[in-house]
Amino acid sequence: MIETKAISNEELLLQFEAKIEAEQKIEPLDWMPDEYRNHLIRQISQHAHSEVIGMQPEGNWITRAPSLRSKKILLAKIQDEGGHGLYLYSAAETLGVSRDQYIQWLHEGKAKYSSVFNSPALNWADMGAIGWLVDGAAITNQVSLQRTSYGPYSRAMVRICKEESFHQRQGYEIMWKMMEGTKDQQEMAQDALNRWWWPALMMFGPHDSDSPRTGNAMKWKIKRETNDYLREKFINKTIPQAELIGLKVPDANLILLEDGTYKHGDINWDDFWKNVNGNGPCNEQRLDHHIKAHKEGSWVRETAYVSGKNK
Amino acid sequence: MENQDTQGELWEVFIQSKAGQPFKHAGAVHAYDREMAIENARDTYTRRGEGTGLWVVKSKEIVAVSQNEEGYFFDPANDKVYRHPTFYEMPEGVKNM
Amino acid sequence: MEAKLKYYLQIADNALILSHRLSENCSKGPFLEEDLANTNVALDLIGIAESIYGEVAKQENNGRSGDDIVYRRKESEFLNVILVEMPNEDFAHIMVRQFFTDVFQLNLFSELRNSKDEFLMGIAHKSLKEVMYHLKRSSEWMYRFGQGTDEAKERVQKAINKYWKYTHEFFLENTIDTEMLKAGIGSDLSIIKKNWQAKVDEIFEMSNLSIPDTDFSIEGGKNGLHSENLGYILTEMQFLPSKYPDAIW
Repeated sequence: MIETKAISNEELLLQFEAKIEAEQKIEPLDWMPDEYRNHLIRQISQHAHSEVIGMQPEGNWITRAPSLRSKKILLAKIQDEGGHGLYLYSAAETLGVSRDQYIQWLHEGKAKYSSVFNSPALNWADMGAIGWLVDGAAITNQVSLQRTSYGPYSRAMVRICKEESFHQRQGYEIMWKMMEGTKDQQEMAQDALNRWWWPALMMFGPHDSDSPRTGNAMKWKIKRETNDYLREKFINKTIPQAELIGLKVPDANLILLEDGTYKHGDINWDDFWKNVNGNGPCNEQRLDHHIKAHKEGSWVRETAYVSGKNK
Repeated sequence: MENQDTQGELWEVFIQSKAGQPFKHAGAVHAYDREMAIENARDTYTRRGEGTGLWVVKSKEIVAVSQNEEGYFFDPANDKVYRHPTFYEMPEGVKNM
Repeated sequence: MEAKLKYYLQIADNALILSHRLSENCSKGPFLEEDLANTNVALDLIGIAESIYGEVAKQENNGRSGDDIVYRRKESEFLNVILVEMPNEDFAHIMVRQFFTDVFQLNLFSELRNSKDEFLMGIAHKSLKEVMYHLKRSSEWMYRFGQGTDEAKERVQKAINKYWKYTHEFFLENTIDTEMLKAGIGSDLSIIKKNWQAKVDEIFEMSNLSIPDTDFSIEGGKNGLHSENLGYILTEMQFLPSKYPDAIW
């Protein structure tokens, strides 16, 4: 076999950065700096875990969905979340880490998932609020990530965005129907908005000024827009949607600016960090659920492995 | 004993969106055998009627070219413009060519 | 309610209650792909049930909707077999319950393609494709259990032994079945039983699994007499419409 001439790391880095500058995608077999790879491993797996853990709050209501139509939609939506987790694990695996390893890191607490899913889903309107706000916030972020510089991640995002377009609509439809309904239903809807509004805003992460990892992630185009920019984009499109159906956003300090955009009140970051560090209302429950299912599935995976090998 | 509690092997999924169209890479699934691989691909990637045909192949069986090789692998084809139809001059008014 | 509509409900209730059990398992699968596949089966079954309930409502023509039939019906008016109410004990139980039901539904829909009733004929054609796929999956799992590890073999055999006594109810001919068979609407349960048995024998032999040596049978669901499980299923399923009877969702 003929060896190609060795290229120095500096040259490879220059080539890599030139590629990114030219908006070309980085592919799994391409050379990439360790820091880029590690950032992707962390970000994509966190994204994958979030999709999978995110199945649980809504899963809590599948068996109590109030109509066959809503049950079907909810089930299909939760299944989509699982599918999106799967796409993302596959993208993350191209970085040389197995899904087994990612799951182990999750169970050991070494990998995070979006802390929004540590909130409880307490009434049926939460299905509306999650679809409308949580998926709405996620989509804002994901649309931007379709242009991320890592090829497999970008392609997963394109597929996910295409599929998620119905998620936010189904959530908003639930809220709308409830606001058109009885007094009980209206109260449930407002209650759900009150509880999910701030966690949804926190999904975009800390303010840019406090976000330690934004630097290189922006330079290497892993992230394409900053936390604050995306958060504001989300707020500006969501508040009019709330008002249209008679809901009130739970922010006493909200100000409508002259240009039609909004300035939101202070976010309670103590709550956010408490949650991220494992002390949210459902952290233990969500992780335990995942660990339990994984453990109970162990013999199934083993027999599938053995029978597959013997075939 | 080897670890049998795994997520199975990784398989690449290719979908044909319409009869007669080429198969396009869609993503990957995990599976423990061939039947499961094609079913998992079906249950994951064609839930919205995306396809009329499916292929799966074990990821480790795929042969790929890396960036370091790209130069000598692909550049030689760049100057063979005569392989492309636009290379040729045609008299004005010629049809069905 | 006329016999034909009760016949419809037997089919729809089996699909609905089984889909409920499967949907309980969403996010609890042994690995992600299996979780998605399981949910696809649940969605197919809800789809089948939904179209039948809609048709019942249409033919009743008394203002009751398909959802009313699901969400505002008493336990004793549900006509599903007891097997589909059985809880999700482990993946082996889930798959054995599925396998037995898949083989039944495959043969039922296969027969109903010849029904004189246009609606049943149509739904049988449509559902048959879905059920064939369900059965392919559950059969393959029988093989993976039976030809895999010792633990899997033990678990699956335990589930088979436990559920065997509930399978006879599929073929128990009640007065509705008899009337529908005579009218050329319903299917012949003795034919379905023969074909069901042959398919189960084939898959079990391939998978090195065995059928328990007993004729003991537990039945009643088809006539509205259920296990204790159904009460809990309906309590959960009907919770919102029961608690907020005036609300539209």
